[in-house]
Amino acid sequence: MDGTKIVREQIPDDEFEVLEEEQLSGVNELKRFVRAFFRRKIVVVGFILVVVVLLTAALADVIAPYDPYEQDLYQVLAAPGPSHPLGTDALGRDLLSRIIHGSRIALAVGVCTVLVSASIGTVIGLIAGFSDSRLNSLIMRITDILISVPSLVLQLLIASALNSGVTGVVIAIGLTLFPAYIRLINGQVLSVKQNDYISASRSMGAKKSRIIVRHVVRNVVSPLIVMMTIMMGMSIMAEAGLSFLGLGILPPAAAWGSMCRDGYQYLMTRPLLSIAPGLAIMILVFAFNMVGDGLRDALDPKLRGALK
Amino acid sequence: MGGRAEAVITEKVEKGNTVDVVNLKMYFPVLRGLLKRKVADVKALDDVSFSIKPGETLGLVGESGCGKTTVGRCILRLYKPTKGVLLFEGTDISKVSESDLRQFRRRMALVFQDPYSSLDPRMNSCDIVGEPLKIHGLAGSRGEYRDRVAELFTMTGLRPDMMDRFPHEYSGGQRQRLSIARALAGAPSMIVCDEPISALDVSMQAQILNLLQELQSKNDRLSYLFISHDLLAVQYISQRVAVMYLGRIVELSTSQELYSNTLHPYSRALLSAQPLPDPAAEERRSRIILTGDVPTPLNPPSGCAFHPRCPMAKKSCAESRPELRDVGGDHLVACHCV
Repeated sequence: MDGTKIVREQIPDDEFEVLEEEQLSGVNELKRFVRAFFRRKIVVVGFILVVVVLLTAALADVIAPYDPYEQDLYQVLAAPGPSHPLGTDALGRDLLSRIIHGSRIALAVGVCTVLVSASIGTVIGLIAGFSDSRLNSLIMRITDILISVPSLVLQLLIASALNSGVTGVVIAIGLTLFPAYIRLINGQVLSVKQNDYISASRSMGAKKSRIIVRHVVRNVVSPLIVMMTIMMGMSIMAEAGLSFLGLGILPPAAAWGSMCRDGYQYLMTRPLLSIAPGLAIMILVFAFNMVGDGLRDALDPKLRGALK
Repeated sequence: MGGRAEAVITEKVEKGNTVDVVNLKMYFPVLRGLLKRKVADVKALDDVSFSIKPGETLGLVGESGCGKTTVGRCILRLYKPTKGVLLFEGTDISKVSESDLRQFRRRMALVFQDPYSSLDPRMNSCDIVGEPLKIHGLAGSRGEYRDRVAELFTMTGLRPDMMDRFPHEYSGGQRQRLSIARALAGAPSMIVCDEPISALDVSMQAQILNLLQELQSKNDRLSYLFISHDLLAVQYISQRVAVMYLGRIVELSTSQELYSNTLHPYSRALLSAQPLPDPAAEERRSRIILTGDVPTPLNPPSGCAFHPRCPMAKKSCAESRPELRDVGGDHLVACHCV
């Protein structure tokens, strides 16, 4: 036919478009990621705060001026001063040292809960996403029920049934937070499955395991990381809440939540006893949320190439 | 049903065809309610028969929703056909289990319409193109693997030094080349091209068509099933063309014969909708405007599925379904009026 012949003659075969060299080669994946991540100042602040807390936890023994459990009964409820920068509590323990050591518990609980809930939720979410529509709706309806139970009530129930301490708190919080991951992963799997590259892989003869590991998990990882970061903040909050109610990590352990509770009896005279650990919780949760926001921006493949 | 059509086709099932499809049916169940009960069937394909010879390109045209893509996906066994025979290089693969299918999958491939969703955004282009090599263990060492991928890049007009880039760093036309390179990796005898050019701009379309032809001229056993709604592109690239309407083939002939001696009223209407590049001819072009909408494959019309919209419909068209019959010169038409 005339039309197609004309088209063929007009365009020499060897001339196909090549994107400009600098446009392509300059974009190093890591560089792009870092640039996208630190694009917002608030994220930088959050990131620095997280790093500071991590360092504090790692170096707690070095930087804490006192042993957090050492009682100095001559210095009970001391006002902030040169020897005790934030004062002491009712048993004469140095508040600053206790807050510094408390970062260990907060991070340990945060990391463990996130790992527990994310792994349970991810596995169930993947199963749901890959099962037929009947099993999928069964799993998802059960998940809806789990999500609809107020998490504090469930945490109180589980925590009171288990021994208090880090393990009990991790299980209690982990078990209430994992349904959120099921929902996230299931949704992601269902949407990734729609992509032609999954059909392509199938048509090439890839086994299901290969498709799940190579294509689906890879494409589900970034929202999962974002979710885990934000969940860090939530678990730390939940731990503090449980400890405040006396069901989490019990004294004498230096948990921020139980420190708030111990301090609130002296709220009128020594408000810092409650406010300081409270602020520590707030700052850490805020920092994790900001890092989560930054990661969300940096990991979104739609923004790839958009930010130079 | 289908006795005669089957006879016509099976007579033609010569040995050595790449693909033979005989009376293929693909029904998708419609599930409703909490228990997902089946309430109806969508008859996406109803008695489709054709064959593709080695080195041949069969064009498949028809409007949206007529089952073109379903044909392609059935041939690749991405769907399990409800009924019918599907011979790939002489072996019936319509009922073969997924694990036994794997040996056939190397020799068939798929090129998609959407160059964006068909490439995994998190894989670099080397691993995308080399995926079939990995799946079928076709490359021994890392070096051999990269050499083989580089070869595929060159074959499809891509620069091998771009191998470590990610799909988002390529343009649409280049992505489609990646898709073709991937399709070629397993040295297939059959590539299903599902609207490979409709997402590209016109100059890219021509290049991709020429690339496909060039690859075929280098390997004269390579067959294409070229699915498109672009009639000119189909005419340009195909030796034979099948026209589909509502899950059935209504006309099947050589490209030349079909475009010059169009017999089925639906094919005529479809071809008349194609604008002509010559302005003078375009002025004279008379369009056959069809009335009404495409009926739903959930509940297709009785008799000839096209009769409610057909300008030539007779009484018998609503009563009995016309079968695909040879009207001479390898020209198959399913119409009572021809």
